[in-house]
Amino acid sequence: MASPERRRIPSDSPTAIELRNIVKHFGSVHANRGVSLQIKRGTIHGIIGENGAGKSTLMSILYGFYRADAGEILINGSAVVIRSPAEAIALGIGMVHQHFMLVENFTVLENIVLGAEGGHILNRGLAEARNAVNMLKRDYGLDVPAGTLISDLPVGLQQRVEILKALYRRAEILILDEPTGVLTPKEADHLFAVLRKLRDEGKTLILITHKLREVMAVTDSVSVMRKGELVATLDTGSTTPAELAALMVGRSVSLTATKSHRKTGRCILELREVCYTDATGVERLKNISFALHEGEILGIAGVAGNGQSELLEVVSGMLRPTAGDILLHGKSCLGMSAKSLRKRGVAHVPEDRQHMGLVMSFEACENVILGYHDNAIYGSFGLLNRQMVIDDARRKMHAYDVRPPLPLLYASLFSGGNQQKLVLAREIDRHPDILIVGQPTRGVDIGAIEFIHQRLIELRDRGKAILLVSVELDEIRSLSDRILTMCNGLVVGECTPAAAESAISLMMAGISPDKAA
Amino acid sequence: MNRYADLPWWADYLLIPLLNLAAAIALSAILLIAIGEDPLQAVQIIAEGAFGQAEGLGYTLFYATNFIFTGLAFAVAYHAGLFNIGAEGQAYVAGLGVAFVCLYLDFLPRPLIIILAAIAAGTCGAAWAFIPGYLQAKRGSHIVITTIMFNFIAGALIVYLLVNHLSPAGSMQPETRTFSPTARLPLLHDIFELFGLSISHSPLNASFFWALICCVLFYILIWRTKLGYELRTLGANPLAAVYGAMSPPRLIIIAMMLSGALAGFMALNEIMGSQHRMILDYTSGYGFVGIAVALMGRAHPVGILLAAVLFGALYQGGAELAFERPAITRDMIVLLQGLVIMMAGGLEHLFRPNVEKLFAMRRPSIAGAR
Amino acid sequence: MEMFHALVPVVDSAVRLAVPLLFACLAGLYAERAGVFDIGLEGKMLIAAFAAGAVAAVSGSPWLGLLAAVLASSSFALLHGFATITHRGNQIVSGVAINIIAAGLTAQLGVTWFQRGGQTPQLSAQSRFLEIELPGAAFLRDVPVLGGIYSSILSGHSLLVYIAFLMVPLTWWVIYRTRFGLRLRAVGENPAAADTAGISVAYQRYMAVLCGGVLCGFAGSYLSIAQSSSFIRDMTAGKGFIALAALVFAKWRPVPAMAACLLFGLLDAINIRLQGTPIRGIGILPVQLMQAVPYVLTVALLAGFIGRAVPPKAGGIPYVKEH
Repeated sequence: MASPERRRIPSDSPTAIELRNIVKHFGSVHANRGVSLQIKRGTIHGIIGENGAGKSTLMSILYGFYRADAGEILINGSAVVIRSPAEAIALGIGMVHQHFMLVENFTVLENIVLGAEGGHILNRGLAEARNAVNMLKRDYGLDVPAGTLISDLPVGLQQRVEILKALYRRAEILILDEPTGVLTPKEADHLFAVLRKLRDEGKTLILITHKLREVMAVTDSVSVMRKGELVATLDTGSTTPAELAALMVGRSVSLTATKSHRKTGRCILELREVCYTDATGVERLKNISFALHEGEILGIAGVAGNGQSELLEVVSGMLRPTAGDILLHGKSCLGMSAKSLRKRGVAHVPEDRQHMGLVMSFEACENVILGYHDNAIYGSFGLLNRQMVIDDARRKMHAYDVRPPLPLLYASLFSGGNQQKLVLAREIDRHPDILIVGQPTRGVDIGAIEFIHQRLIELRDRGKAILLVSVELDEIRSLSDRILTMCNGLVVGECTPAAAESAISLMMAGISPDKAA
Repeated sequence: MNRYADLPWWADYLLIPLLNLAAAIALSAILLIAIGEDPLQAVQIIAEGAFGQAEGLGYTLFYATNFIFTGLAFAVAYHAGLFNIGAEGQAYVAGLGVAFVCLYLDFLPRPLIIILAAIAAGTCGAAWAFIPGYLQAKRGSHIVITTIMFNFIAGALIVYLLVNHLSPAGSMQPETRTFSPTARLPLLHDIFELFGLSISHSPLNASFFWALICCVLFYILIWRTKLGYELRTLGANPLAAVYGAMSPPRLIIIAMMLSGALAGFMALNEIMGSQHRMILDYTSGYGFVGIAVALMGRAHPVGILLAAVLFGALYQGGAELAFERPAITRDMIVLLQGLVIMMAGGLEHLFRPNVEKLFAMRRPSIAGAR
Repeated sequence: MEMFHALVPVVDSAVRLAVPLLFACLAGLYAERAGVFDIGLEGKMLIAAFAAGAVAAVSGSPWLGLLAAVLASSSFALLHGFATITHRGNQIVSGVAINIIAAGLTAQLGVTWFQRGGQTPQLSAQSRFLEIELPGAAFLRDVPVLGGIYSSILSGHSLLVYIAFLMVPLTWWVIYRTRFGLRLRAVGENPAAADTAGISVAYQRYMAVLCGGVLCGFAGSYLSIAQSSSFIRDMTAGKGFIALAALVFAKWRPVPAMAACLLFGLLDAINIRLQGTPIRGIGILPVQLMQAVPYVLTVALLAGFIGRAVPPKAGGIPYVKEH
């Protein structure tokens, strides 16, 4: 990739957007805590942060989806109130959403004009639009066949339609939410070229992303958000991926869980050249190979969205790899269902406990049997012995410090940490041979984090194997015996927890240790 | 089913249904006044007609029996996240099964006939629900549309059979011959007589007991079996169901078959218990009302039982009302039923959240460890 | 030639039978393309038929009857909208409720106002929409083939019939060539996309449902004051559901909807014509078999045996902004 041209930001550039002390709550969740930000016109500004850091919420407020609980928005120096997307559009703000807002069975042109049809009769409006769109296509290199249905377009081209939509509505400020999530590297490069062109024409672009590579490649300045706060705003030219990565993952309470050194046993799970391409055709896993041993915690580090989720689902039997093999106890378990894998001692604590790991509207005790309800201890002849279920749940809840230890309480009424402990109780209590766990402490309070970490180490000390995926680098370093770092569907490198944080940060940015040297 | 807020059981199964009913009555009252009738008096007549005398109560429970079956039918599919609108058709086809047993197997001893008829009803109903279920599970065909279509196909099929094959030769009526005395369900009146007790005459028959037993079995199935657990998980969170190693297609088909079987048992009450023959259109709307019964009863057997009795009371009380006030026809009750269905189903978000807010104000929040 | 003479009355009959289906089908099209499932077509048609019959009898004017029908049907449509759009209620249950409410209301009011067991008074010729002879129909009658088609099939229908068929290209044009139609389709396929483009999903859906109400008004009017001369209890007799089947069968598109309704009308006409008449080689076809064909065809389509029928993506799902 050629070295990206970077504009020196003139200090007298007027400020296109200013956010002052934006506060937003969703119930008890503090999504934005007093965020203040200034973005200069004619620049590409990146907002980087982990999932849940608050960046999407912030931009949704700017686009009129939500109203901030407190704070002000100024566009070009004047205070404005944005109550709906229509008002945002009128102010010249356009948004390219992460999940495309396109009507699948409309043509490209119809999608572009939706909402700005230019009159009651479509043909007239469409004819005018066609001309305008052709000009835009030419000017910015956003070539897309106007008469094709969206459903017939590959994802990369669909995104161009999203951009054209915003440009057609004369957006001067363009917000892009995780734009390269569904793009191949080549398509991403093309997108960056388009963004640079737009910037050079004086438009202001905001890029929301969690990918360091993007930020370094195309932004002029970058803000880092963490846990609802704006942590830093920097000139991209004067920072490094390592520094940004460190700011993103932050300095949480240093949890140096005491871990004795143990000799790892034989290999219990092996992945060989595992590949997975998802339904939209994007390669999520590329030739993943590694071995997991008894008595070891193998940590998978990396910024979210680089294939870790797919890795978890493939290993747990929820997804079938498109190529490669998985060996359990030396024998191929490719194509085995989640049920069979569970019976063979593979337990799975999913990343998304609310939508996958638990049924929120069920009681705690009913959640404790999810996936294991067939077990004979819960009843015979197909019956479910409620008392057994409740007793088992109570025992597990006490053992795993779930508070309050009330088996009849609905899962939705527990705090995040306790919900997670509930899931762990379910999966670990059975002494699985292998535990696959994703984001074990996401949304979990400090006290529960410590508890969860202890349990994981205990499991490993008993000679079991753990595959741990986490975006919290501290967690990975304190728990793992070995660390693999993933970026873009590949395993970039392996290291020990003792390795320098900078080395790991570089790997998270996709730069493998050999290259960095 | 959404159970985020904790309402006491009586609020769920009594208060909100009564609110729905009150709103429906209030709207009907407008029409009543417009045609020159006194709404309060009308309500009084309905209540007396339904519960006042023993005979009325018998009729009320007889109608309620139908609603219990169709309500349970909708509820079991609902727990799995499916909308079975086909109870009418499933009950209709089940009637064929019952008629077949009662017409051609009536040489067998009575208890055996009853058992076989019950099996036939359940099997035929389940079979009629199987196809839409299969199509939804394996081919993604929208269950609402297919079950509606199957209602009509059942209608055409039954009319054909009744007119051409099942009605006795020389009869002008499209109906089967009357069943012989052994091929009938015993009336409750007769059962009580055996014990020396005397209750008034009504079509209330032994299938009422079966309906109650089905309520208990329903409860056990949904909340005390592994299959029920899987059905509920599918309905509450299909993704978690896949994570929990359940098979959605298998569950969809099973749910629909159970639903069809329950709807089918309605045939026992009407055909074998009351009319003693199969006539056209004997299902006459019970299937659709079953939807309201299930929704009002929050898909729980206790709620369904109460809602079924409520609707049964409306049917019976409405008949009384139409009898005593000639200006009011049976259709007034049909209107009232439609309004109740609208309140309990279409407009449920008008009632529930407000009641929940009332309760939230009065109770401290649950001490979940937040 | 004989075959032709035998066919002509059947086709003529098919056209007449298809008209209420066509109006109701197009009504459903507007609502469902906007993402609002409408199984209350039956109820709306019924209340419209009653209103038309009642008002035409009292006022003597078919036009007032039509107006009343449209108003009645539209209010029910708005009720459906209120429950499902504003209160995000269940669209199926709301539709079922509307059918039952209409059945009860029409019968009760019929008895209260007219005391004829629910029937409205017989209308005189001036109070109905009568048959219109197209210019030159009598003159062309004897022209072979074309004359027969023109004078018997095309000419001689009431005004509402012509309106029904005109509605097809009109609907096509509205849905595919106007801003209203574009937005309507958008909120039915991807309401979030419409919302982010600045369109009010609720408003668009209400408008769609209202269009459906108006068309059902026409459907009902045709039944009671054009095809017949009064309203009779439950006169819709399932036509609303056949219209729904036709809508699905036509994959929610206007011109195929016309074809589907004509097909189902034709099946009905043949059925009536053939009753009791044996067909060579097959014997007497049961009436009910033919009656079931539209429904069986629709199921076959849904099952994917004759192509795929994909409903509007957002159909049946109340729109709630994702948080």
